[in-house]
Amino acid sequence: MAQLADVEETLKRIEAHKGVIGTVVVNAEGIPIRTSLDNSSAVQYAGLLQDLTMRARSSVRDMDPQNDLTFLRIRSKKHEIMVSPENNFLLIVIQNPCE
Amino acid sequence: MEIVHVYTRLRGELGRQCVLSDRRAEPLIDVPPQPDLSTHFIRRPSREQGLQAARDTTEHQVNTERFESDSKGMDHSEGGWPKDINPQEAEQTIRYRKKVEKDEGYVTSILQLGSVMEHCIRQNHALDIYEEYFDEEEEEEDQEPPSAKTINVFRDPTDVRRSISALSFHPDGGRKLVAAYSFLGFQRRLGDPSLDSYIWDMEKPNCPDVTLKPPSPLLCIHYNPKDPHTLLGGTASGQIAYWDTRRGSRPVELSSLDQSHRDPAHNVLWTQSKGGTDAFSASTDGQVLWWDIRRLSCPVDRLVLDMSREENLDRALGAVSLEFESTMPTKFLVGTEQGVVVSCNRKAKSNAEKMVCTYEGHHGPVQAVTRNPFFTKNFLTVGDWSARIWSEDVRESSIIWTRNQSSYLMDACWSPVRPSVFFCVKTDGVLDVWDVLFKHNEPTLSVKVSDWPLYSVCVQEASGVIAVGSQHGDVSLMELSDKLKNQQKNEKTLLSAMFERETKRERLLEARLKEVRLKERSRSQQSPEEELRGERGEEEPLELLDRAERDFNHEALLLIQHYILKCT
Repeated sequence: MAQLADVEETLKRIEAHKGVIGTVVVNAEGIPIRTSLDNSSAVQYAGLLQDLTMRARSSVRDMDPQNDLTFLRIRSKKHEIMVSPENNFLLIVIQNPCE
Repeated sequence: MEIVHVYTRLRGELGRQCVLSDRRAEPLIDVPPQPDLSTHFIRRPSREQGLQAARDTTEHQVNTERFESDSKGMDHSEGGWPKDINPQEAEQTIRYRKKVEKDEGYVTSILQLGSVMEHCIRQNHALDIYEEYFDEEEEEEDQEPPSAKTINVFRDPTDVRRSISALSFHPDGGRKLVAAYSFLGFQRRLGDPSLDSYIWDMEKPNCPDVTLKPPSPLLCIHYNPKDPHTLLGGTASGQIAYWDTRRGSRPVELSSLDQSHRDPAHNVLWTQSKGGTDAFSASTDGQVLWWDIRRLSCPVDRLVLDMSREENLDRALGAVSLEFESTMPTKFLVGTEQGVVVSCNRKAKSNAEKMVCTYEGHHGPVQAVTRNPFFTKNFLTVGDWSARIWSEDVRESSIIWTRNQSSYLMDACWSPVRPSVFFCVKTDGVLDVWDVLFKHNEPTLSVKVSDWPLYSVCVQEASGVIAVGSQHGDVSLMELSDKLKNQQKNEKTLLSAMFERETKRERLLEARLKEVRLKERSRSQQSPEEELRGERGEEEPLELLDRAERDFNHEALLLIQHYILKCT
């Protein structure tokens, strides 16, 4: 239970950072577990980014089987999407980098 | 050396029966070998022959049919929920989520992911890798030669290809382009060409956005600069048609056939008015008609381009192109088939005074007339083989003109960004970019856009994209290199100085011509008696001849005397 509180605290801290627009926690099946965005955006992000992360991971491992994907950052005109992958879960954070 | 054997026989013996007998062998000719001839021969010790042990191959080209692709968005809907949970029910989903959160693995994963993520977020705050590092450095002058490249080509989707007679960009932003297709040839080709014209979206080159269906092919079309949904077009039957893109592809209103032009309406333009409802049109039948869009049954005003100011349609000049600048709402220019540009004033009191002055200079129809957007007193005309820049005040001739090119110039327009650059298209498929400040004798850039003659050109104001239409129904979108798109320093002042200089030169030439003419006239006035004498002489040609002979002989005698004197 204390660990659950830790989790809460971590996620809240991340969301409180300057420039962070939203966060989504996705499980292995593509279901957004926790999100600070509205449901439809969360579902979109989850679906699209999980696919991309799997593709990125397979590309990295194709080049070198010992290697693995640790982090994926997509910088776009409007904001930066950061994806942190794990075996079972995916943490997606959308941040507006400060100029 | 010839080897010849001769034998003789009596004529009487010819034809007698042959009597054969044996004889000993006698050498007739003996040719000994000549060893000195061997010096003429060179012995060839070896020969080279190429050999290749490779397979014979041939080259073939294959082109597949164009792959038609269409962009569609995808909507991700909820999924991945286990079978027993209904995603619509909030309770069940919340319960499931809570269950996942209680899982051991979840906690450790999130804590670990969270720390990694925080590190990256902090990195973003610490350093912005996309910031402008060298702000104060001035941009270097681009030394590359000017270039243009084709971004996209829109092809006529129908089977029978028609030529593009007009192009116009959408007024806001210009993501859309309307092209008028018509068949300008004399006889109809096999198969009925379709009458439609299309609006293309720049992002979708494979199929047109909207189809416009006029009753007869459109010769020109324009978006209303005030209302981006309305379009005005002139048809080959002389009628004017008005479309609203929100209301389908048939024209909302069509002018009545008897009130419209008798010849194809070559050019139609929107004019200045409060509601954006006024337009005027010109055609080769010699009339310029003004219309109110709301009531296309009858033109508001009519002007016959008759130079003798008698409103005689038979002697009127056929109008081919029109020019209207919204900053000068009462004046407009008409380019005619006869090579004359007529400047007219709409607000003149009577029709006779409406035509203010004419500018002659072209040998053939004036295909396009446009004013320079920065210097509205100067306008550009193209026709026959050259492009000419005129100043309104100088009526005798153009102030700047290009050399005669190798093919007809069909259309031209000024660049909306750079005052000294204009574009023109020719029938050999080349787009010429002329920079008047750079050089006059040849275009700054010549790009061969297509193998077919190019008929129209249009520039989009915001992005500087040029649309070029060909006879084969292709609209090519070209993008220019940066140098041609950005205004250089002092360009306006240099160009105005150049225009003034040329205008002054023309004025001086005009004044000189007038002087010469005056002198001639005064000279012919001074000698009326000579003319009378001349008349009398004409009555008796024989006398004239005698007189001429006498004069000649007299002069000849004088010359001979002169020579004799010289020799002695």
